Amino acid sequence: MDVLRADNIRKTFGDTEVLRGISLRVKKGEVLAVIGPSGSGKSTLLRCITQLEKVDEGSIEISGIKFVENGVYGDSKTCRDALLCSGLVFQNFNLFPHFSVLENVMHPPVNVLKKDKEETRLLAMSLLEKMGLADKADSYPFQLSGGQKQRVSIARALAMKPDILMFDEPTSALDPELTGEILKVMRDLAKDNMTMVVVTHEMKFAREVADYVIFMENGVIIEEAKADEIFNSANERTRAFLEGYSGL
Amino acid sequence: MGGNAINYGLLLQQMLSATFVSLELFFFTTIAAIPLGLLVTVMRMSRVKIINIPTRIYILLMRGTPLMLQLMFMYYALKPLFGIQLPRMTAAVVAYILNYAAYFCEIFRGGIEAIDNGQYEAAKVLGYTQVDTFFKIILPQVVKIILPSMSNEFITLVKDTALAQIIAVNELMKITEYWVTGSVNMTPFVIAGVFYLTMNAVVTRVFDFMEKKLSYYR
Repeated sequence: MDVLRADNIRKTFGDTEVLRGISLRVKKGEVLAVIGPSGSGKSTLLRCITQLEKVDEGSIEISGIKFVENGVYGDSKTCRDALLCSGLVFQNFNLFPHFSVLENVMHPPVNVLKKDKEETRLLAMSLLEKMGLADKADSYPFQLSGGQKQRVSIARALAMKPDILMFDEPTSALDPELTGEILKVMRDLAKDNMTMVVVTHEMKFAREVADYVIFMENGVIIEEAKADEIFNSANERTRAFLEGYSGL
Repeated sequence: MGGNAINYGLLLQQMLSATFVSLELFFFTTIAAIPLGLLVTVMRMSRVKIINIPTRIYILLMRGTPLMLQLMFMYYALKPLFGIQLPRMTAAVVAYILNYAAYFCEIFRGGIEAIDNGQYEAAKVLGYTQVDTFFKIILPQVVKIILPSMSNEFITLVKDTALAQIIAVNELMKITEYWVTGSVNMTPFVIAGVFYLTMNAVVTRVFDFMEKKLSYYR
């Protein structure tokens, strides 16, 4: 079953066409990595799927809810239902600074989904436990390291129980040591069969964890294949891009 | 301090009741100007021109003309223009509210624009409604940012209440001048200074307390 389907997405900012007919499918439990040079449209793609940007053309369906069809958006309830089926982890975490770590994770389910407070507290604590942050529950975001902040933001996204979780360069604001923490968490999520779309520059991660990899440039998909196939690609452009990364 | 002997009992009694009038001006103004300022902020930040442009003109008028002129307008000019004569105190309170709401609006707007766009995006992706995003995510952070500027405004307002004497509201400064003129004795000036200072010491303490309350996060 496809959790995410996108067909022929087009998006223009001013005179620049950032996405030029992108189509993709993600099945339940799959991990899709999106790689490509800066400015290739990877982040915009995620932002369109999570409705932070509006597409000009194309269709997107999440968990069977088609919230935009041929560039025409559904009613606000449809859009919201689709939105609630997905989660997004930002490059800059975007935690709520006035909430404690626990409140950051609890507040959205309680306020948005109207979940029971005590039940949510247990869920939030178990998620923080999983992230190795149970002892930080009462801390505030400013007291945490970048890696800890990112783990809180992953816990916050998971507390909403999304069908699919998207990551927009989740380690780009972190130093290599902290990057490792986050990649480990994402590996564990993959093992738990979480459906994920990961925009990343971490080629090693893409190779080891992703089921499929999409290589994007200038708003189009250059190549799309199983992870090990991409990293042994015959495509000249893909090879040239990957050669830029050492240690592969 | 020279001049004639003063009946200090009577002086203090009158100055205290005049202080009460000044405090009334202060409290009515703050209570109404904060919500009005919030409303004006929303209008000022609206992208709809029919709302945005008149709001800008209103702010320009309020900030660009003397508050004293606005007080006089509210008391003397409404009658010939619209046939409305407001009582002195009402005219003063209305003038202060309209004036301070304009300043508050610009402070609120500055605070709202200081919030990182990522906060709105995180709230949107998590499914918060626009109203919840504003009141639960954005506004609490704005309050922390604007406290120092708001404390400035509140302190200024305490002193600005003295301007209401221009339309013969019996506030502290008017009564003080009345006594000084009558007795050719400068002591009432000193007492008035102490009264204003005391009021502003309280305002300062209240804001210090709130800043401390909100210092638990950065």
